[in-house]
Order: sequence, then structure tokens, then C-alpha cells
Amino acid sequence: MMAVDRSRLPSLGPDPRFTFPDIRRRQLANGLRVLTVEHHAVPLVSFLALLPVGAASDPPIRPGLAAVTGDMLDEGSGELDAIELHESLGRIGGHLDSEIGSDATILTLSSLARFADRGIALLADMLVRPRLHERDFERVRDLRLNRLVQLRDMAPALADRAFTERLYPRHPYGHQPIGTEASLRAMDLGEIGAFHQSMFTPSRLTVVASGDATHDELAALVERAFGAWSPGAGHQTPVDPSTLPTPAPPGERLAVLHRPGAAQSELRIGHVSVSRSTPDYHALLVLNMVLGGQFVSRINMNLREDKGYTYGARTSFEFRRGPGPFVLNASVQSDATVDATLEAMSELRAIRGDRPVTRPELETGRAALTRGYPRNFETAEQISRGAAQLALYGLPDDYFSTFVPKVLAVDEAAVTRVAAQHIDPARLLTVIVGDRDKIGPTLERLDLGVASEIAPV
Amino acid sequence: MNITYTHHRLPNGLDVLIHEDHGCPIVAVNVWYHVGSKNEVPGRTGFAHLFEHLMFEGSQHYDRGFFQPLQEAGASLNGSTNADRTNYWEVVPTNALELALWMESDRMGYLLPALTDAKFENQREVVLNERRQNYENRPYGFAGMALVAALYAPDHPYHWTTIGGADDIRAARLDDVKAFFQTYYRPRNASLALAGDIDTDRALAMATDYFGPLDGGNEPPPVVFTPPPAILSEMRLSLEDRVELPRLYIAWHSPALFAKDDAELDLVGEVLASGKTSRLYRTLVYEQRMATEIAASQNSREIGGYFQVVATAAPGRTLAELERAISQVLATLTEDGPTAPEMERCQAQAEASFIYRLQTVGGFGGKGDQLNAYNVYVGDPGFFDTDLARYRKVTPEAMQRASREWLRQDARVMLSVVPMGHAEAALEGSQPVSVA
Repeated sequence: MMAVDRSRLPSLGPDPRFTFPDIRRRQLANGLRVLTVEHHAVPLVSFLALLPVGAASDPPIRPGLAAVTGDMLDEGSGELDAIELHESLGRIGGHLDSEIGSDATILTLSSLARFADRGIALLADMLVRPRLHERDFERVRDLRLNRLVQLRDMAPALADRAFTERLYPRHPYGHQPIGTEASLRAMDLGEIGAFHQSMFTPSRLTVVASGDATHDELAALVERAFGAWSPGAGHQTPVDPSTLPTPAPPGERLAVLHRPGAAQSELRIGHVSVSRSTPDYHALLVLNMVLGGQFVSRINMNLREDKGYTYGARTSFEFRRGPGPFVLNASVQSDATVDATLEAMSELRAIRGDRPVTRPELETGRAALTRGYPRNFETAEQISRGAAQLALYGLPDDYFSTFVPKVLAVDEAAVTRVAAQHIDPARLLTVIVGDRDKIGPTLERLDLGVASEIAPV
Repeated sequence: MNITYTHHRLPNGLDVLIHEDHGCPIVAVNVWYHVGSKNEVPGRTGFAHLFEHLMFEGSQHYDRGFFQPLQEAGASLNGSTNADRTNYWEVVPTNALELALWMESDRMGYLLPALTDAKFENQREVVLNERRQNYENRPYGFAGMALVAALYAPDHPYHWTTIGGADDIRAARLDDVKAFFQTYYRPRNASLALAGDIDTDRALAMATDYFGPLDGGNEPPPVVFTPPPAILSEMRLSLEDRVELPRLYIAWHSPALFAKDDAELDLVGEVLASGKTSRLYRTLVYEQRMATEIAASQNSREIGGYFQVVATAAPGRTLAELERAISQVLATLTEDGPTAPEMERCQAQAEASFIYRLQTVGGFGGKGDQLNAYNVYVGDPGFFDTDLARYRKVTPEAMQRASREWLRQDARVMLSVVPMGHAEAALEGSQPVSVA
């Protein structure tokens, strides 16, 4: 046994070499793009279908349409009704996951590798030939209406909704993908069918196939399942979020939703920021790591580890194809609501210049991003999700291998510059969902003008 | 499908498990301490979890927080506490293995010299805020507390949940922390798993260097408990909460982890409520549309389990309707047993979920965590195949018998969680309970 030296931490030595997975691209005759990645660690395959159509493409009068359409895909397709479809998924050990965000609809199906052909056939059925029966539609709509009812009890959901609506008035990013009660009630099956027919076309779809098979085998599976798909004629076109304008800042600076007896205040502070295509992307990632993107960031260390106001506080730049929000979020104890908000605000201001990023902070932030990067490529599904980002944001093939050098090139000056440029204290909107009787009298200390009341939904 | 590993016990009693997986240049470091909320005493509930927080606040030879050097090395890290164990893990690039072992061994050996009143009081506030965020301010957040309080007598170690009572958390003292550390946070009571892109001999030598010198400590006292007496007549309870839709929880005592009928009831849970094909989803959500969501699970733990069905009423539907429909579905399963397609599906899902868990070396549920779980609970880190075989061996008759034996109508606890001011929405004859 060697005596260990506890007088100092061991040095790390050189970073391990990492080779990014080889992603191969091809295109089917009908325009569908296929990305394949081999991953032989376990006998699983993962198929991811990416359609760059999300809630931003909801017609202005029909928020929720993309999400309900996405929900209808596994309610029966091809020869199978909903129960039979899920029976089939169960028999192949399948895991189906669907997510409808602002910019995209993503379906992921993982299964045991020996059932890969069945898995991809089921996925194609769902995307290409959903049954869209009235009875299933009514049930799905009811479930979503019930979900809306339940969200009224959830402080984080209430805060997210109020924040989004105020940042993006009359804007494709201004509603939650789930939509509104009025819109869901007015929706009919014809709209779903038309939306599906217009939006779900082979030339828009990218399928990422990864797992325990060769590139050629994976590509052949996708070709067999999707090759015969020819697009129908639809009249609608998706919104291209990259062309969306940046909305003007809201007139108000503080909005409060009163929840009598709430045990904490749910806090959102932020404003509309930049899109994924910003040249400042890597600098903003580093900035966020220092500010509120990891445990040792300034805001978490201040609000949690120093003050004990919260279980955790974080910030994020939500990168989208169009201008996404920058937001700080935390759930703080009621009697510390104003103090926590003041501390958060002071951190947002300070990093812009009064207390700029230090060399050690910069190094910690950069290293956390670069040294932690290989962790994102451990499973077939992680690799698929990474590859899907390339397709969604139009990133170059060498994106992964240039990530680390680009992050390492970010210096203190760049972090301070992007902080000053992309965080604007004068434009920050603060949303508080909490017990007004416990926090109300102290709100004027925030000096954000009169708090507007958020009406309960 | 078994994963290969080596198992060494250091002279101080620490188990070291090493598994090589060269797929990605990362290593998972995973430590289990065989202590959880079932080692607490009434009046000091929530303590094991509060203690877990203090493990991240620095130790004698590096007293500037646990996260800083590891995040700077590219690690992801976390910990968690449940009734039976507390785990801590880091997933690090291979060049940071030594750093992670340095940090883990320092807090295992030298936590107390760095512990201060200020740290303790700060983390007590953080935990109280965690409790507010995840339980008090969350719809149905108190239901789990009310259920275990009904299933287990006040002196049974599963009577309280891991987060504990708010007053108990406030009552915790720094001296309690010291005693707890001396008793439970010793190499003899721990298991260390290293999984990933490493060389076994080198990793073992490193673990031996860092953990070998620590004092093993004594065997912790056993958990003393009386098995809960059988429930002889149905218990009906109700709880008002800030919720829009009433929800029904039905719970039964059930076998402990790995005990007879545990796997059978796991699969009963699958057949009842996993996916749209499952019996309860199909009947209550899909066909009759009386419920908005449904879940069923066998929650098996070290010294006992409980089986639970949870259903939320659709607007305009009552918990009494839900209860009748659920009881009917259960009765049919008990009378006829699962069908052949159900067996095929639930066994394929069981196999798949085993393989899904083997995809990652670290984190919650990854290979390092699994090795430690099997080592701590059954003394055999290589239990994977035996565990999977439990599910492969299950017959429809065994599932039928297990549901008949355990899921009896007269042996259940039914908890109605209803909107504030709507006590009448609870099942008839429910006794109001309060949870602090």
C-alpha cells in the first residue's frame, strides 16, 4: 500500500482521447434523411424520428394542435388499433417516447436489437399511417384537458406559463405546447388530419438509427420501413422559427400569481434572448456554467449554499431555432422571496462587469463542459439525440469534434462581453407564483414598479 | 448477459467491486452506505437524508465543498437516500479516477473535522426547502407519508418517509450528526464499485491506497422491528390537499425485495398498469374514461414491501367508481390469471428493462449502482442473472396465486386524496388523517 498524500488534490494528467461516433448520412429517394451510428455495447437499437415542426407551427387560433397530433400517432396506425399497437411494442421490449417542443416533434423508439425490424416498422406506421379515429381523438383531447386542469395545482407549470405568455405576446413561442382549454375544446379531427398530411412529409423527416447493427443494416431497416412513403398534398407549411422576430420587452417588470397558503414562491426571472445559431453560442454556454448552470455556479452557491433560501437555483439560455428565453428559475421559501430575488438580480448584474468572471471560474466552467463532453455519447439513445441536434439546427458534420476547441477558446473577455450583450437587467421580467399575503408587503423593495396580478387560469 | 467483475474485501471491511467497460473513456465511482431512513428513530426522522447533504459540504483535507474539484474535472455527481441505503456517485473522465477516490475516501474517513455549525444549519434550511418544494408545495405530495404511516406502526422503521417530518428536521443537532457518522459511515458498512474504462489491477491498487488506511469501525446495530401485523379489515383514510382532481391510493403489505412472490408481484404490476395494453389502463382510462392516469407497482424494500395502485378520477367521476372498477379488474386477474400474450409482453419488458439498465456505467441505476445494490442486499454482486431468472421463471399460476394471497380486499389501505373543502369526495367511511 502506498501512503497517499492528503495535503493536496491529485493532479489529473492529460485528458483521455475520445473518438466521436462515426455518423453516416444518406437520403432516400423520397427525400427522407437517414443518419446511422453503430453502437455495439448492448443488444439494443434506438430509432429517433425528428420532424422540425413543433408548437411554433400551431395555427394562432389553435394552440396545442401539434401536440395533439403528436399524441395521436400512437393511438392506432396501419393495421393496428391503439391497444394492438401497444401490445406489439410490449412484445419487443419497446420504449416509446414522444416529445413535442416549440421547434420539433421527436419520437424515440428503443427496443431489443433482435426486434429492430419490427420496431422501425411500428415507428413508420405511427408517423406515416396514424389511424386518427374520432373516438381516440376525443379520449386524447379529454386527457389533455384533464392535464390542463391538473397543471393549475402545479406552481412550476403556472410560473412557466405566465412567464412564456408575457415574454412572447402574439408570437409562435407564446404558448405552451399543450395549448389552452378553449383551443382544445374547439379542435376537431379534420384539423389533425390536415396538419398531419401537410406537415409529416418524407423530405422534412430525419431518422437517426443507432445501436447494435452495422451502418448498412441500420440504413436498410429505415429504407424498408420508410422507402415507399410518398407525400400527400397538404396546404399548410410549418413556421420556420429561424425567421421569427424578437418580441419587444413586456411593459411590466413584475407579475405575481397569488396562491394562498403556498409553501414556497416559484420564481422566474428572464427575458427573450438569442437563437441557437448565434455566433456567441459557446461563450454563452461558458457564461451560463459560471452564472447558474451547475452546482458550483454563482447563483446556486449564493441562494442555496450561502443563504439556504432554496433547494436549488439555476439559469439557462434555452437555445431554439428562433429567439429562445434566458431564464433563472428557483423555488424559494416564502419569507425570503424578495431577498432571493434581490440576490439573483445582483448576480445577473454583477457578471456583466462589476464582478466579472474570474480566471478560476472561467476554467471551471470551460472544463466542466469539455471534460464532461464524452459522457454524452455513452448510450445509443444519447448518440441519437446528439445526432438529431445536427439535423435540427443545421450543424456541420464536424460539430462534435470542434466543440471542445471552441469552448476552450472562450476567454474572460468573451464571457464578460456576452454577459453584457445578452443579459439586460433593464429588460428582465420577474414572475412570482406564491402566497401574496406572505410576500406582498415587501415587494416594493424590488423597485420593479407595480406588480401586475396574474389571473388564475 | 452477466457483467464481469472482481470482488475484494479490504482488511477494514470495505468491499471493492470493479467492472471493466472500455466503451467510453469514463469511470463510474459508486459508494453505498448500508444506512437509510429505516435506521432512524421516531423524533429524528429525515436524518439520514439530511446527513447525505452534509457529505457534500467538504471534509478535513479539502474543505471547500465537494463539487468544485469534481465538476472542474468534468464529473457529474449526485447522491440519494432511501429507506434502506444511501448512495453517492461520480462519473468522471478516466484521468479523474484518482481525484474521485481521493474525495470519496476523504469524506468517508475525515468528514467530522470539517463539519461546522454554520454548514449544518445551512443544510438544514436547504433540506426544509427541499421538503417544501417536493412535498408541501406539490399536489398529492403528502399521500406517500399518509400511506406508510397507515401501513406501518409508529415504531416500525418504514412508518415514516425518507424526507422525514419538518419538526424532526428542525430538531436535529450537530451531535446527532457525529454519532450517526461514527456508527454508519464506516468502511465496514460500505461498498465501493468502480465501473468503466479502467484496468482492474490498477484501480484496485488505487482504491486500496485511498480507502485501506481508514478505520473499519464496528458493525452497526441491527435494525430492530416487528413485522407489521396483517391488516384484517380494510382501512379507509382521506386527506384534503390543494388538488383539482381526487385521487385514490390502494396499498397492501407485500413481500420484501427478492423474497418469495416479489418478482411475481412486479409482473402483476406490469400486467395491471404498464402501457396502454395493461388491464387497468385499458379499462379505466381507455374504455371507460373514468380515470386520467393509473399506476400499479410492487415497492419492495429490504424488510418488507407494499403493493400500490394509484388512480386519478376524471372530472365528474367519483373515487367510488374507480374503486369498483379496480376491484373488478383485480378480481378477474385473481380468478383467471394472466393470459399468454400478457406473459409474453411482461417478460419481454422485464428482460428489456434489465438491458436498458446495463447501458450506462454510472449514475442512478447504472452498472456501478447495480453491483452495489446486489452486493449490499444479497451479498452477491453477480446477482444479475439470478435476478433476471426470477422473472423468467414466473408462471401465470404463480402470479395468480400471489395476487390472491397478497392483494386481498380486506387487507388493503385505501387513501382518498380530495380537493380542499371536499371531504365528501372521499370514499364512504374514510377517516380524515393529517400529515405534518
